[in-house]
Amino acid sequence: MTSSAGTGPPPTPRRDRAERTFDGTPPFPEAARRALADDQLRANLGRATTTIRTKRAAAVGERADWEALRLAGAAIKDEVLHDLPAQLERFEQAVTTAGGIVHWARDATEANAIVAAIVRDHGATEVVKVKSMATQEIELNEALRLEGIDVWETDLAELIVQLGHDLPSHILVPAIHRNRTEIRDIFIDEMGRVGRPAPTGLGSDPAELAEAARLHLREKFLRARVAISGANFGVADTGSVVVLESEGNGRMCLTLPEVLITVMGVEKLVPTWQDLEVFLQLLPRSSTAERMNPYTSIWTGVTPGDGPQTFHLILLDNGRTDVLSDPTGRQALRCIRCSACLNVCPVYERTGGQAYGSAYPGPIGAILTPQLRGIAKHPVDAQTASLPYASSLCGACFDACPVRIDIPEVLVHLRGQIVRHSEATHRVPTTEAAGMRVAAWTLRTPRRLGLAERVAGLAGRVVGRRGRIGRMRGPWPVSAWFAARNLTTPARESFRAWWRRTHGGRVGGGNP
Amino acid sequence: MRVALFITCYNDLLYPEVGRAMVRLLRRLGHDVAFPAEQTCCGQMHYNSGYQDACIPLVQRFTAAFAGYDAVVTPSGSCASMVRRYHPAVAQLAVEQGEGAAIVQDVAALAPRVFELSEFLIDVLGVTDVGASFPHSVAFHPTCHSTRLLGVGDRPIRLLSAVDGLTLVDLPRSDACCGFGGTFAVKNPDTSVAIGHDKVDDVLGSGAEVLTAGDTSCLMHIGGLLSRRGSPVRVMHMAEILAATGTDG
Amino acid sequence: MSDHDAARNAEAREAVLGRIRVALADRPASPPVPRDYERALPATVSITDLFAQRVGDYRAEVQRSSAVGLPATLAAVLARRRVRRLATPTDVPPSWLAAADVERVTDDPPLTFEQLDGVDGVITGCAVAIAETGTVILDAGPAQGRRAISLLPDVHICVVMANQVVGTVTEALERLDPTRPQTWISGPSATSDIELHRVEGVHGPRILDVVLVKD
Repeated sequence: MTSSAGTGPPPTPRRDRAERTFDGTPPFPEAARRALADDQLRANLGRATTTIRTKRAAAVGERADWEALRLAGAAIKDEVLHDLPAQLERFEQAVTTAGGIVHWARDATEANAIVAAIVRDHGATEVVKVKSMATQEIELNEALRLEGIDVWETDLAELIVQLGHDLPSHILVPAIHRNRTEIRDIFIDEMGRVGRPAPTGLGSDPAELAEAARLHLREKFLRARVAISGANFGVADTGSVVVLESEGNGRMCLTLPEVLITVMGVEKLVPTWQDLEVFLQLLPRSSTAERMNPYTSIWTGVTPGDGPQTFHLILLDNGRTDVLSDPTGRQALRCIRCSACLNVCPVYERTGGQAYGSAYPGPIGAILTPQLRGIAKHPVDAQTASLPYASSLCGACFDACPVRIDIPEVLVHLRGQIVRHSEATHRVPTTEAAGMRVAAWTLRTPRRLGLAERVAGLAGRVVGRRGRIGRMRGPWPVSAWFAARNLTTPARESFRAWWRRTHGGRVGGGNP
Repeated sequence: MRVALFITCYNDLLYPEVGRAMVRLLRRLGHDVAFPAEQTCCGQMHYNSGYQDACIPLVQRFTAAFAGYDAVVTPSGSCASMVRRYHPAVAQLAVEQGEGAAIVQDVAALAPRVFELSEFLIDVLGVTDVGASFPHSVAFHPTCHSTRLLGVGDRPIRLLSAVDGLTLVDLPRSDACCGFGGTFAVKNPDTSVAIGHDKVDDVLGSGAEVLTAGDTSCLMHIGGLLSRRGSPVRVMHMAEILAATGTDG
Repeated sequence: MSDHDAARNAEAREAVLGRIRVALADRPASPPVPRDYERALPATVSITDLFAQRVGDYRAEVQRSSAVGLPATLAAVLARRRVRRLATPTDVPPSWLAAADVERVTDDPPLTFEQLDGVDGVITGCAVAIAETGTVILDAGPAQGRRAISLLPDVHICVVMANQVVGTVTEALERLDPTRPQTWISGPSATSDIELHRVEGVHGPRILDVVLVKD
């Protein structure tokens, strides 16, 4: 097979169309409301999360020692995080000795500039890319586009998202919100603009669509001189980098081009080679619900005659040190990006990832995004501040997390930070803060509580009908409750009033 | 054994019948519970919403009100989990804010003695058949905090299964959250309601006449949706079923 | 790296490491890592049988062969897969292909991508295989060649000797040299990105045939 262009007009450069980012996503309640109205999204997500959830449970259930693996995974990650400077220095040394070049990036801008400079230095105007959450986080594609560099996503789902000028909705299956006919249409409309067009008469059968992607990307794999990847793990002792995948696009990007650039968050280390035994078992079962994913590539520096002969590794901070600075919040850095928490979350299942307005959605996103955006140090914007509240605190995520991140604990902790920031920046308390203050005051003594109960009981007689209050108008929070729900009328006689009446004011409590 | 009842602030206000049922049930089992009137609230709403400082006086009051009792029983899995899991953290916070260190010991002494109803009946009283009669079909919703924070497991099911005449109906996806989530219900109402509607669909699909649970907070939310949909399905706290003897009901 | 870049890099390095040290000012303790997970399979398990079964679970084809029967087995596999032009690492044992009717395209001088794209299949050995997960691992060692040659052809035939099979991931890691470039393969390539519908064969070899050699 030769890599020939299609017979259509030459591809229009993609550089004139900005890559979409999450900027402008409204706070979660509003973003969720819009997402909830999208029936296809809900149907697709419901089906996807239910399926993966069930498969994951089976894969995990096969291992009687699953809990032991989780405990080890959490402890190993904590060991790295608590000793991070030494681990990073060791890793840097090992990578360098093996022929890699290590760069440090304080933030997204710096990381993107380093990548762009490397690409330019090699005279390349296009790169192929393996899916990488870190590069999504730093909006690398857009930064390169502005430098006149084409970025070709090669993961099928990322390809679908990119061609569709869309945003990902899930960590593992980013295009899950799209159905097959939409994907077919995207391929037909867009592939020809950027490379080999979709085959004529392309159907919407998933196998056909995968084949179309294979053909479209093949020529890019074979001609690209520079590839960009992320990393699932870096081994501090040996300098080895590990990438897990299913489709083979990772192998293509990591093996064929002359130059490989890997962007890796500083938290992605494990201390020793042997420690991989824990994570190579936790990750596949937690993410794709398999005993092992189809392909895992591991490389150390440069190997003469095999694979890229120039290897750049960029160690990325971009807020991770802020996360690390919070003793309760830092457990979020254990995350191995498996997406198990997304698939068990009742909120995520219904709203999808785009509502979270961040490269990291779902439960992990709700705790990681605000911390990466600096909540430990300063107040954050309203959208970011809405994320820790995007949870019913049901705890299913903690049960599913392979590294035992206590997401509910961190959510409550972050809510505390948000309240403190809010109190510090609002001269007039918000409605909510005022309400909470009144409630706290009322609950401080039984006398005040009793008084409030009597008032509520009386009010209930007015607005209640047969023990129920139906639609009731009012400001928040009244409006929020009654839009879709009824409520029991507050009792005429509270429990404590009943007790006092029937027990003659005694505390009671006889001995049996 | 001196047993005290922690009614919880919202049961006190909205569902006093649950408290009366607790008293009736425990009396039938030979225990006259005490009701220390100094009690108010466990602080969960404030704690979970980020107003952790506001919990300090509430935890102090709780700890003082129930000191000296051998056991405290409450009809709320979420409140029991707040006490056992998070009162120690609030106690630490209190000390950081200048309170005396005694609060930490006092909380540590009290918290393990606070039980949700099904835990109390089975683990402390050693009773599974409480002598109840309730000839209806009943679906049980295992609330998230009871299940995941307290680990009550199948205790409620075992208690309900022993009730005379009661038909326990399977609730599909029972371990799915109902969507209440405390202030989540009003801060993210659309999502809360969307989750709740799926739970309601499961309840209606089960064919049960009655939905029960160990937390009236969740029942308030699911019940509110059922009611708005005009459903005749009743929601009742587990205590009311276990207190029923067929002469009421 | 230019001098300017090196200076910026050094500054960034110090800044990041400095921030980390400040972040860890509370000196969190790291209790010893509990390692109560399984590291080996029970002795009663037949490692090779389990391997054959698990490889099959992920839609790779498994053939079993004796050492003496290997050339005939390989010839049959190659014929079944209609492989006429076969890429081979330079050090594939000549006996393996003694009975095969194929044109051998050896990786010396190194094959270009176009040449690799133009063969029907590739044959390699492996470094180690894992029974529990049905995985074969290549590390550019004997009879494996560099990574590109087992990536581009559409059919990959992998010869696994029984004594190369271990029970668990732990045991595999113990045997591997971390500095060698490795590819861990568990079945042919696959994706579930479209409506969660699993499709086999995207970019990597769409067919993986494993031949397990045991006497």
